[in-house]
Amino acid sequence: MKRFLPGLVLLFAVSWLAANWLPHKVAKDDVDLTKFGKIPVLVGGRVKPLDTVARNSLLIVHGKQELRLEGGRRLSAMQWLTDVLFNASAADQYPVFLVQNAEVLGLFGWEQSERKYFSFIEFSPFLKQIDEQGAQSEKLESVQRSAYQNAILNLRNALSLYQRLKNSVQPEGAENFASELEAFENSIPAAGRAASQRAAGEDFDRAKLDDVVVLIQRYERLSEMAYILAVPPLEPNGQWHSVGDSLLRSVGTGEIHPIVKQYALLGDAYRAGDHSMFNQHVDLMTAWFAKEQPNVAKRTSFEFLFNRLQPFSQSMALYVLAFLLACFSWLGWNRALNRSAFYLLLLALAIHTFGLVSRMYLQERPPVTNLYSSAIFIGWGAVIVALILERIFRDGIGAACAGAIGFITLIIAHHLAGSGDTLEMLQAVLDTNIWLATHVVAITTGYSAMFLAGMLAIIYVIRGVFTRSLKKETADSLARMTYGVVCFATLFSFVGTVLGGIWADQSWGRFWGWDPKENGAVLIVLWCAIILHARWGGFIRQRGLMIMAIFGNVVTSFSWFGVNMLGVGLHSYGFMQKAFPWLVGFIISQLALMAIASMPLERWRSFRTASVSSRHPRKQKLETTVAGA
Amino acid sequence: MWHRLVDLFTSLKLTIICLAAAMVLIFAGTLAQVHLGIHEAQQRYFQSLFVWWPPESRGFKIPVFPGGHLIGAVLLVNLIAAHLKRFRLAWRKLGIHLTHAGLIIMLAGGLFTDLFAVESHMQLAGGETKNYSEDGRGMELAVIDVTDSDLDQVTAIPDTVLRHDRTIDYWSLPFRIVVRNFYQNSRLKMLSEAEDGARPIANQGPGAMIAVQPAPRATGVDERDVTSAAIEILPKDGGSLGTWLVSDALGAPQTFSCGGRTWMIALRPARYYKPYSVTLQKFTHEKYAGTDIPKDFSSRVTLIDPERAVNRDVLIYMNHPLRYRGETYYQAGFQKDDSATILQVVHNPSFIAPYVACVIVAAGLLVQFGYHLVGFSRKRRAALA
Repeated sequence: MKRFLPGLVLLFAVSWLAANWLPHKVAKDDVDLTKFGKIPVLVGGRVKPLDTVARNSLLIVHGKQELRLEGGRRLSAMQWLTDVLFNASAADQYPVFLVQNAEVLGLFGWEQSERKYFSFIEFSPFLKQIDEQGAQSEKLESVQRSAYQNAILNLRNALSLYQRLKNSVQPEGAENFASELEAFENSIPAAGRAASQRAAGEDFDRAKLDDVVVLIQRYERLSEMAYILAVPPLEPNGQWHSVGDSLLRSVGTGEIHPIVKQYALLGDAYRAGDHSMFNQHVDLMTAWFAKEQPNVAKRTSFEFLFNRLQPFSQSMALYVLAFLLACFSWLGWNRALNRSAFYLLLLALAIHTFGLVSRMYLQERPPVTNLYSSAIFIGWGAVIVALILERIFRDGIGAACAGAIGFITLIIAHHLAGSGDTLEMLQAVLDTNIWLATHVVAITTGYSAMFLAGMLAIIYVIRGVFTRSLKKETADSLARMTYGVVCFATLFSFVGTVLGGIWADQSWGRFWGWDPKENGAVLIVLWCAIILHARWGGFIRQRGLMIMAIFGNVVTSFSWFGVNMLGVGLHSYGFMQKAFPWLVGFIISQLALMAIASMPLERWRSFRTASVSSRHPRKQKLETTVAGA
Repeated sequence: MWHRLVDLFTSLKLTIICLAAAMVLIFAGTLAQVHLGIHEAQQRYFQSLFVWWPPESRGFKIPVFPGGHLIGAVLLVNLIAAHLKRFRLAWRKLGIHLTHAGLIIMLAGGLFTDLFAVESHMQLAGGETKNYSEDGRGMELAVIDVTDSDLDQVTAIPDTVLRHDRTIDYWSLPFRIVVRNFYQNSRLKMLSEAEDGARPIANQGPGAMIAVQPAPRATGVDERDVTSAAIEILPKDGGSLGTWLVSDALGAPQTFSCGGRTWMIALRPARYYKPYSVTLQKFTHEKYAGTDIPKDFSSRVTLIDPERAVNRDVLIYMNHPLRYRGETYYQAGFQKDDSATILQVVHNPSFIAPYVACVIVAAGLLVQFGYHLVGFSRKRRAALA
C-alpha cells in the first residue's frame, strides 16, 4: 500500500480533474451556448468572448458566476446573458441583484429577511430614486462612503449595467427585429432621395423620410445604451461598433453589417423557441469570424476554454490536499505521504502555470498587471521556490509551505476578482512591457520569498511549540531554509525597488517620491537588511530569525495591500478597501504567533524533551543545545 | 573618548538601530500622507532633521523622532566609517564591499537630489509658446514695469518673503510694498455672494469687491493652495496709493501708475526662465475603445533654441521624456477637455546616481549570496556523500 500510495493519489487527482474538465454534451434540440459563448465582442477596451462578458457581468450584479432560480433550476452565466440580450422580459424576473444592506432595503419599504437576491421587476418602480441616491454617493471619495452609500451605489451600477446589457444587440422588447432591419435597409435609399429633395427645396415624400427618422432615433438610443460593442470592423485596423452605432452608419452606406443581421435573426429564433434555427445562425456567425477575423476568433475561443477549465480553482483544491498530506507525513508514513504531496504539487503547479501563461497570452503582457494577477504570481513564485527546497531537504516542509501558500494566494486572488474582468486594459503609465516584466516581477518575487520565509518560520514555531516533531536536525534545516529565502527576498526586493525608482525617474521625473507603494517596497528591503545584519552581528539566533521572519509577513502584507487602502499616491490603479478587516486579522494572527514564539523555551514541547534528557532545564543551556547553529 | 566615538560610529548595532528607525519613520510618514498629503508629509518626516511635535506652530515644539535627513546622514557616516575600519581586501568580502559601496552612492545621491533637484511644470495650450516653467507650489509677487512697450522689467518677490505686516523695499522700485494680509491658502468669493458681514481686504481694483476667507492647506496630490495677499503700495515720496488684492485665483495682472511709470502686479506661480522655448503643436489623449481608461497621452512640441541653433519637433509621451540642457520634460497630465498639456520639468544633477548604485548593489548581492549558496551546496554534498 505504502509503495503505491503516491501513484494512487496522483491517479485520483488526475481522474478528478478529468471529471471536472470533460465538456458537457449539448442535447441536439438545445441551444448551443458553447458555440455562442465563443463569439467575440469588444467590452472594456478588449476583445473577448461573450462567455467572459456573461461571467463578469453576472459576477458584478450577482456576486457569483452561476444563477440559481427559485425551484432549484440553475442557469449558467451564458444562459442568463442570452436571456438578457434576447428575451429581456424573462430575464427581468430572475432574482439576480444582490442587496444585503438593510438601509437600502428600507428605502423601498422592504424588511430585511432571508432573501438576498431581487429581480429587476421588483426594482423597476424605484429606478429614479436609486439613480438619485447613487449619484449622491458617487460624489464622495470611496473612503468617505458609508456602508449604505456603497451599497446603493453598487446597486445603481449593477442596474445600469443590466439595462445596458439588455440594449446591447437589439432594442429591449423588440419582437421581429430581423424584419424591422430589413424594412429599414429597404427604405434607406428612398429616404435618402427624399432628404436630398427636401434640401434642394423640391417636393418630397414626407412619409418615407419619417419612417426612417423614427427608426434612426430608436437606434440612436440603442447606441447610447449599448454596453457590448458586438460589431467587428470590416476593414483591417478598423473600429468595433455597437449594434446601434453600426445601424446609424448603415444610413450612409445603405447596407447593414452581416453580424448585426445575424444577431437579429438569433434573437428572433431564440424568442420563438426555434433552437435549430438559433444554432444554425450561431454556426454562420462562427464561420464568418473564422474567415474574416481568424486571429480574434482563435484567441476568444482559447479564452472560452480558459474560462471553462478554471485552472486556478482546480490547482487551489490540489494545493490544499498536498498541504494536508505533507502535514500528515510528519506524523507517520513519512516518505510515501511526502512523495504523494510532492507529485500533487507538481500537478497543481503545472495547472497553475498553464493558467498564468494563458493569461499572458490573452493579455499579451508580462504576468503581473494588477492586484489580482500579483496574487496569482506571488503564489506561483513561492510554490516554485518551496518545491526546490523540498527537492533539497526532502522533509515535507517545502511541500507544506508550497501547499499552504499556493492555496492562500489563490483564495486571495479569487476574492480580488469580484470587480469583473481580471484581464482589464492597462492605464497609460503602465503600458510598457519592459518595466512590467522587470520591476513588477522582481517586486512580486520578493513578496513571494518573504511569505515563504514567514511560512517556514510559522512551521518552525507551530511544530516546536505544539508538537514534539521539531528535532534538532529539522530545526537546523528550517533555519537554513529561512535564512536562504530571506537572502533571496533581499536580492529581489532591492532590485525590484530600485528598478521601480528608475521607472519612476523615466515616467514621472523623480527617482524617489515617497509614494506609499514605494515606501511599502522599501520597508521590505529595510526589514530584510535588519534581519541579515542582526544575524551576522550575532544579535539573533535561530528563534530570533524565526520571529523576525514572521514579522516579515506583516511588513509584506502591509506593502502589498495596506498601502493601497490608504487611497493616496500615484499608484492609484490598485486601490481597495474591502479587505481591510482581513488584513488586520492577518496581522494580529502573525503578532500572536510571534508572541507564542517568544515564550520561554521550556514551554516548547519539542524542546522540553531535550531539557528532560539533559536534566539541566536552564534556559541558556537550552539555547546552546537547540539553537546552536 | 575618540575610541568610544569610533566604536559607536562603526558598530553594527548603530546600523540596525538606524534601519529600524528608518522603518518606523517611513511607516509613520506613509500613514501621515492620508491627512497631510504627500508633499507636506514628505517635508515633515523625510526631508527634515527631526520630526517635531506639535506640528502646528503653537509657540513651542519638541523633536519626537529623528527625521529622514538625520537618519540618512548617520547611516551614511556609519557605513563609511565601518568600512574604513574593517576594510580588508579578500575575495570573500567582495560581495559585501560592492553592496555597501553601491548603498553609499545611493544614499549620497539621494541626499544630493533632495538638496539640489528642482521640479516645476509647464502648461501649454495648443499653439502656445513658453520660455519658462512654473513652480508647483512656490509663488512669487511679480511687479512689472510695463511703461516701455518693447521691454518689461520684472521684479519677482518670492512668497517666502510675503508675510503679514512685512515691508518690502527694493532699490529698483519707486515705492514700498507693505503686506497687509497674507493667506497661504484661501477661498475667494464675490462680496455679493459672500455671507453677511464679509469685508474686502483691499480698496483698489477688483479686490475691493471680493471677500477672502482663509482655508486649510491643500493635501491632495492634484490640489494646490490658492495663495492670496493684500498689499499696500506706499510711494517713496510719501502717501499711499491704496491696497490691492493679489491672488493666484485672480487671472489678469492689475495695473497702476507710480513715479510717472506704469506698473503691473500679480501673485503667480514662481517662474524658471529658460534660454529656449517650447511650443505645443498637438496634444493627443487616446482612450481604449468603449471605455474611459486612458491608453496614451502624448504632446508634440517644437523646441527652439537660438543659442544652439536648435529648431526641431519632439514627441513627449508616457515613459519617453525629452532631456534637454540638463532638464527633463515628462508628460505629466492635461487640463480638462484636453485643452492643454501639462509637462513636468525636472532639473536633477544627480539623476545618474541611482542607476550606477543599483547595478553595483545588485552585483554585490548576487556575489555575496552566490558565495553562500555555493558554500552551502558544497557542505551539503559533502554531508550526503
